[in-house]
Amino acid sequence: MYAFEYHRPTTLAGALADLENADAKPLAGGQTLLPTMKQRLASPSALVELSGVPELSGIARDGDAVVIGAMTRHIDVAQSPVVAGAIPALAALAGGIGDPQVRNRGTLGGSLANNDPAADYPGAALALGATIVTDRRRIAAEDYFTGLFETALEPGELITKVSFPIPQKAAYVKFPSPASRYALVGVFVAKTADGVRVAVTGSGESGVFRVDSFETALSANFSPSALDGLSVPADGLNSDLHADADYRAHLIGVLAKRAVAAAG
Amino acid sequence: MVHVSMTVNGRNVSAEIDPRTLLVQFLRDTLRLTGTHVGCDTSQCGACTVHVDGAAIKSCTTLAISCNGSTVTTIEGLAKAGKLHPMQQAFQDNHGLQCGFCTPGMIMASVDMVNRCGPDLDEATIRHELEGNICRCTGYHNIVRSVAQGAREMGAAATAQAAE
Repeated sequence: MYAFEYHRPTTLAGALADLENADAKPLAGGQTLLPTMKQRLASPSALVELSGVPELSGIARDGDAVVIGAMTRHIDVAQSPVVAGAIPALAALAGGIGDPQVRNRGTLGGSLANNDPAADYPGAALALGATIVTDRRRIAAEDYFTGLFETALEPGELITKVSFPIPQKAAYVKFPSPASRYALVGVFVAKTADGVRVAVTGSGESGVFRVDSFETALSANFSPSALDGLSVPADGLNSDLHADADYRAHLIGVLAKRAVAAAG
Repeated sequence: MVHVSMTVNGRNVSAEIDPRTLLVQFLRDTLRLTGTHVGCDTSQCGACTVHVDGAAIKSCTTLAISCNGSTVTTIEGLAKAGKLHPMQQAFQDNHGLQCGFCTPGMIMASVDMVNRCGPDLDEATIRHELEGNICRCTGYHNIVRSVAQGAREMGAAATAQAAE
């Protein structure tokens, strides 16, 4: 990788000051950023290490939501009694990201800021109607994911925490790539007082998306059979060496049914 | 250059390093602890697995400077007083290797597995928990047997220690 300056602030204000340099990048768990830098696909002039900023980590129940700090590692979400009690689907999702070594480093905020189209957390954030809280505003998940590896974050804007509303029922089922463990297709289903939300990751050419027809059917009848006869068009889905768009479209229907069944 | 200081296998070490130095480069090139291997260098294979503050991580995908102030354990730090760690002994007893290149990472990941999941590990759990480590020789059967034995003996050692 190319050389960079290294900063390790111990306060949020310090981190934001270090990130005012337009070419600086925040370093969370580094599980995507460091490989990207090693391949010289990214060459930030400075890295701002966030692990020394205590207010960015932690998990707490806040009324009808679970609030998780951006620097909270996947392993801590997976093992959290608070998350397991309130949104077990979210704990299970975190426990299925990558592998144990990756989960020990990778973070919620890093995953959402990167918005890899095959990442798991974007599915949970969109299906649960999460709010992404930054140093300057609150962004609804609908407005946050704007495209492939693109988000509503402005230059220098930092995710501080994410608020996940607690659903009545939820489940996440993914078909992982056997090599990378990234989602070939992942479907997160959440049943809330306002209806059912279905988010699909791993498949869309523009990243995570919702499936309106599945949501309408499941809001009327929350059972796998409600999805009989419904399908997702292959247009707009990824085709690559792992799976073509038709296969992904088929998997979305299958995994959505499995998720509904798992949610109970 | 930045100053880094950490505890590696119980020894305090410090050095002036380029910030882009990976932890595995620091361990191998600066400290000459070459038991930690670089396999894929893309965080897939797990040959570079070490423990940082008690958790298994891939040292090819971690900056050395990110571990400033941390406690690091490598494969060289497992044996105590000339006696192999139970997980090392189990890999020897069950021949949980062929070429041996992945073995340091396998053992470090397996010790972490027992620390997280306890000593009573069934085969499915072991295979699932080893998803971050790749072996290109063995087909994994002897590795799984090794981990099962190592886990049992780590549990027995902990019980014996608690009884003393």
